Amino acid sequence: MKNLSMMEAIREAMTKKMREDPTVFVMGEDVGAFGGCFGVTAGMFDEFGAERVRDTPISEGVIIGCAVGAAATGTRPIAELMFIDFATVGADQLVNQAAKMRYMVGGKIKLPMVVRLPLGAGTRAAAQHSQSLEAWLAHIPGLKVVYPSSPNDAYGLMLKAIEDDNPVIFLEHKLLYGIKGDVDENSKPIEFGKADVKREGKDLTVVATGKMVYEALNAAEELAKEGIEVEVIDPRTLFPFDKETLFNSVEKTNKLIIVTEENKRGSFAGEISAIVAEECFDNLDAPIIRVCSVNSPVPFSPVLEDYYVPNAGDIVKAAKKMF
Amino acid sequence: MELNNTKIIEMYKTMKRIREFETNASKLFAEGQIHGFVHLYIGEEAVATGVCANLREDDYITSTHRGHGHIIAKGGDVKYMMAELYGRQTGYCKGKGGSMHIADATKGIIGANGIVGAGQNIATGAGLSAKLRGTDQVCACFFGDGSTNQGTFHESLNLASIWRLPVVFVCENNLYGISMHQSRHQAIQDIADRAVAYNIPGVVVDGNDVFAVYEAANEAIERARNGQGPSLIECKTYRHHGHFEGDPAKYKPAEEVAEWMSKDPLPRLVNYMLDNNILSKEELNEIDRQINDEIKEAIKFAEESPWPPIESVVEDIYTDIVEEVEK
Repeated sequence: MKNLSMMEAIREAMTKKMREDPTVFVMGEDVGAFGGCFGVTAGMFDEFGAERVRDTPISEGVIIGCAVGAAATGTRPIAELMFIDFATVGADQLVNQAAKMRYMVGGKIKLPMVVRLPLGAGTRAAAQHSQSLEAWLAHIPGLKVVYPSSPNDAYGLMLKAIEDDNPVIFLEHKLLYGIKGDVDENSKPIEFGKADVKREGKDLTVVATGKMVYEALNAAEELAKEGIEVEVIDPRTLFPFDKETLFNSVEKTNKLIIVTEENKRGSFAGEISAIVAEECFDNLDAPIIRVCSVNSPVPFSPVLEDYYVPNAGDIVKAAKKMF
Repeated sequence: MELNNTKIIEMYKTMKRIREFETNASKLFAEGQIHGFVHLYIGEEAVATGVCANLREDDYITSTHRGHGHIIAKGGDVKYMMAELYGRQTGYCKGKGGSMHIADATKGIIGANGIVGAGQNIATGAGLSAKLRGTDQVCACFFGDGSTNQGTFHESLNLASIWRLPVVFVCENNLYGISMHQSRHQAIQDIADRAVAYNIPGVVVDGNDVFAVYEAANEAIERARNGQGPSLIECKTYRHHGHFEGDPAKYKPAEEVAEWMSKDPLPRLVNYMLDNNILSKEELNEIDRQINDEIKEAIKFAEESPWPPIESVVEDIYTDIVEEVEK
């Protein structure tokens, strides 16, 4: 067991797989000696060299497209884009190529590739470096979407992502890179489609992703003081999505709040809400509430950005409407 | 470059097979037997043939929306191709791709792409993979003149050049990006000129002369195989049909069409073979008859093949997850 930051956990998982399998390699902007925009690949260049920790030009389309071609022909690329916002530049390669190639050739090609996408607001980086675009990605059949919130989850899910024979989108919240936690380095990869109950409770279910898991846990502390026991569920993967854990919880609590950092309109929070409304409606005692960011581009000014992102207070306020 | 007669006859068979396949596809489309967008390769057969005649079975290609010729030249079986055009279960893609996406992954064909220029990016990945795995495989990347105005063209040639990837970029300049003449869609005449920007070799060849294509491809493929990096080959050619079947191609001036019809790559090769006693008229007729039969059998195979089962709509998306088939 080691106490690692989220960033270290991701790096350790990639390093472990690269030691085991010579076909695994990393590519992206400044991931080499520079160590990556946020430092996630720091030191990997020293161990694996320029061939396997490859600096690319600023060309997001070909970073993803090159990974597609490499994955189709016997290697396991891990491509990093600096920010999820830049995935729009390479969107064709994600949406039309990575996601569809296997299907369109009748299942005769597999694409074992990981695309790492740092995301999220709170860094005062304004509207083109701060978005949460997971709903767009989870919408596309052919992609798997992973979104860990703790170092241990990040470690186990990254191991699985690299082993997976399909394109995996690995979402990393920038404000969680420094968060510390115990990681069992001998642990097995974490299967996709298995949610984690981060806190148990009987009165209210809160589903949260990424940094919002911590806001939900803080809200749960607050609400506990008032006798409301909150169950906090982190789905960990958006596709495949663990319905069972969620339904079991809603069956117990009869109340559901979904917290994500996305713009509310068209969000994955909306998808979770629809799943429960369609398949678990009889267990609900109150309308489902989504707590998301406002429907604006991510603003720059600290005052505006802090308001934009959901926080524990927003969750407490929403919860109180239910009791 | 000296080529033995067997190789020349093989190349003729490939070109003739493409021409017959395409001529029949055109007819079948007009009759309503096959559906969707069908972009034919008639007139451009020498390009795919001349390039792929240099490739090994384990080499890669990326193909385009106008891809039937590439697939045949890389060794695809016309039976499974025709079944794919028909949308049948026996098709190469189990009826999930159709005309624009026919590919036989077992022959190193990394998809046929409906997004113009997208294959250029993917080809760099195949080249990188070969390099990382320490093989001497090569990837030939086919694309049209229209795609050289996409960002993918620049991104891919730049990446391939800095990493010295074993990729041969083969531009099929058929003079038109859909309806737009090359003179209107770019300010240069020779796309090969753009190679200068990547410090790689760029050559222009007569794309209707299979020997010229063969020779240029041979050199570029050898360079790639020997670790000397990518090349750009521009093959000047012409599509005899419209952009897709159903496009009357009114934008093509009659004189231009007449000029290019006189440069049709197939009669040119036939005349060469007959003039040089590579084969006799009778032998030629026999080859033509066999290919004709092959295509007829392919059509029969396609027509008699079953439709894909409905459950298959959610299969082959992932290796390990089958989505719900219920709507």
